[in-house]
Amino acid sequence: MKSLLKATVAAFAIVAAGSAASAADVKACFIYVGPIGDFGWSYQHDQGRLAVEEQFGDKVETAYLESVPEGPDAERAIERFAREGCNIIFTTSFGYMNQTLKVAKKFPDVKFEHATGYKTADNVATYNSKFHQGRYIIGQIAAKQSKTGVAGYIASFPIPEVVAGINAFLLGAQSVNPDFKLKVVWVNTWFDPGKEADAAKALVDQGADIITQHTDSTAPLQVAQERGAHGFGQASDMINFAKDAQYTAIIDDWAPYYIERVQEVLDGTWKSESTWDGLAEGHVVMAPYTNLPEDVAEMAEATEAKIKGGWEPFTGPITKQDGSVAAEDGVALDDGAILGMNWYVQGVDDKLPQ
Amino acid sequence: MFEAVLLTVITAATPLLIAAVGELVVERSGVLNLGVEGMMIMGAVVGFAVANQTGSGTLGVVAAVAAGMAMSALFGFLVLFLVANQVATGLALTILGIGFSGLIGEAFIGVPGLRIPSLYIPGLSDIPFIGPVFFQQDAIVYLGFALVAAVAYTLFRTRLGLVLRAVGDNHTSAHALGYSVLKVRFLAVLFGGACAGLAGAYMSLAYTPQWVENMTAGRGWIALALVVFSSWLPLRVVAGAYLFGAVSVLNLHAQAHEMVNIPSQLLSSLPYLATILVLVLISANRRLTLVNTPACLGKPFVPDR
Repeated sequence: MKSLLKATVAAFAIVAAGSAASAADVKACFIYVGPIGDFGWSYQHDQGRLAVEEQFGDKVETAYLESVPEGPDAERAIERFAREGCNIIFTTSFGYMNQTLKVAKKFPDVKFEHATGYKTADNVATYNSKFHQGRYIIGQIAAKQSKTGVAGYIASFPIPEVVAGINAFLLGAQSVNPDFKLKVVWVNTWFDPGKEADAAKALVDQGADIITQHTDSTAPLQVAQERGAHGFGQASDMINFAKDAQYTAIIDDWAPYYIERVQEVLDGTWKSESTWDGLAEGHVVMAPYTNLPEDVAEMAEATEAKIKGGWEPFTGPITKQDGSVAAEDGVALDDGAILGMNWYVQGVDDKLPQ
Repeated sequence: MFEAVLLTVITAATPLLIAAVGELVVERSGVLNLGVEGMMIMGAVVGFAVANQTGSGTLGVVAAVAAGMAMSALFGFLVLFLVANQVATGLALTILGIGFSGLIGEAFIGVPGLRIPSLYIPGLSDIPFIGPVFFQQDAIVYLGFALVAAVAYTLFRTRLGLVLRAVGDNHTSAHALGYSVLKVRFLAVLFGGACAGLAGAYMSLAYTPQWVENMTAGRGWIALALVVFSSWLPLRVVAGAYLFGAVSVLNLHAQAHEMVNIPSQLLSSLPYLATILVLVLISANRRLTLVNTPACLGKPFVPDR
């Protein structure tokens, strides 16, 4: 893996890797929304890419672009990869959805894989992980461990995946403490350690003693550590940043999926699909339960086992924030309802930005 | 509650303040350095790396200042002595800083950092409200204010400041009077680099003690905007930095507070709306703006040989 060019324009950083003339059978390319050094979302995708390199050796060449802003810039980045002879392009953020589809139309022979989106085409597959399964578990832990009965949630953008995460967290918490309160702060960014830290401070100052996040940096957990609050790692195991504060982390493990899909391209069996796997398939992994009393860790493990056994955290009774019924007792929401979630469950102390 | 908000505002405003006051001096000398973000991020990574290796926050800060100065020396050499285009060179400096910091910082990703200790004066620091706000900050916060005071004094009350402003306002006349325009500008550029490096160190050693790529997240650009916002007056930089910090922090506090119900997108855009508003108000008084704008800002100077 040779890095030939490292150039960045303001917030637009480009890293192109690999040599132009190569004997590899397949070129797999990745577009990341953050820097691979974020130790969160993009870092984990890059770990998946490295796993692909390790698995296939000379047969597969990889390349990546990091810190590609969502929106029109992404289209240029994706198109550049398509022109450069990439056979399969993984676009790893929700905001690349329309750009991915647009470029895919122009390059019917290139395979596209869009993470966390919901639009597919003949050559565009989508993939995502059931992070909400992990969020249900950490919600339960939060309710057990919180002394104030209030948790703070640092949210990025009001897209279904994030909303579902908030709901799953609160449902988990309510299963332990029906009166549990959740404060949500939208920072409108995926990655800004300073702003995330400020949000965490604001939440702690307003009584939250559990901080959880749907943004990519380790800063909120660090604030939790300093302020004597607790929290959960996001995307990767962040225990090094918060030895006393992290209870567990929801780890994204993209390696199995990337290896599988690249193998399919090699074999010529690749098809457009929507993949949505979770704890059971190993795409979502819980970091070791630490800093917890034994009974709470056992509860978390039991819930994890139950979810791995096929139980859906979004199983009724679920009441929406406006009081209407989302799911009757014992009825689980279907995948479409979870992937398109645009409502809060009852008990969220926030109005969903529209 | 108010105290908690204020404490967060101080940490949010400090890096902006320090980087902006440095850039203000640079622009007062007639040079536009758009590379603040790049110098800042280099300061952040070098400060973190040195503090991490030596275990000393002070050494980290010193190294960060040196890194910022090294970056600015490169910029100064290119635009002053080789008369390269200032805008392009400044942008290139940012690109270089972001890329190079990522390279240096690769080994430090996921490594917990070191926090600069905060001041503690027995008695004073324990006074409610006043103690935590005024007597429990880290050294860089105080250094930031000292810098602003020193810059304000030097610019308007000393001969050195007069020379600096003369060079920025009319380099030909300053040259004719026998002042070395390039030397003054180079020193100003170095000062700007040192400040940007210090601001970077604040990010990686005090604000969020860790290294992650791109962690300055555009604060260098905000600092640049603050210089214009302040119409090149040091004390207004403080007002601007705190206004900007306050509005962005209040946004987060308002959201966490159940009584307030304002769309978060609107709150997030408030700092920028405030900037536009102030710019409109400032430019309404055209005479004042012209008086304070360095007339030779961005114009290259080539002495007759």
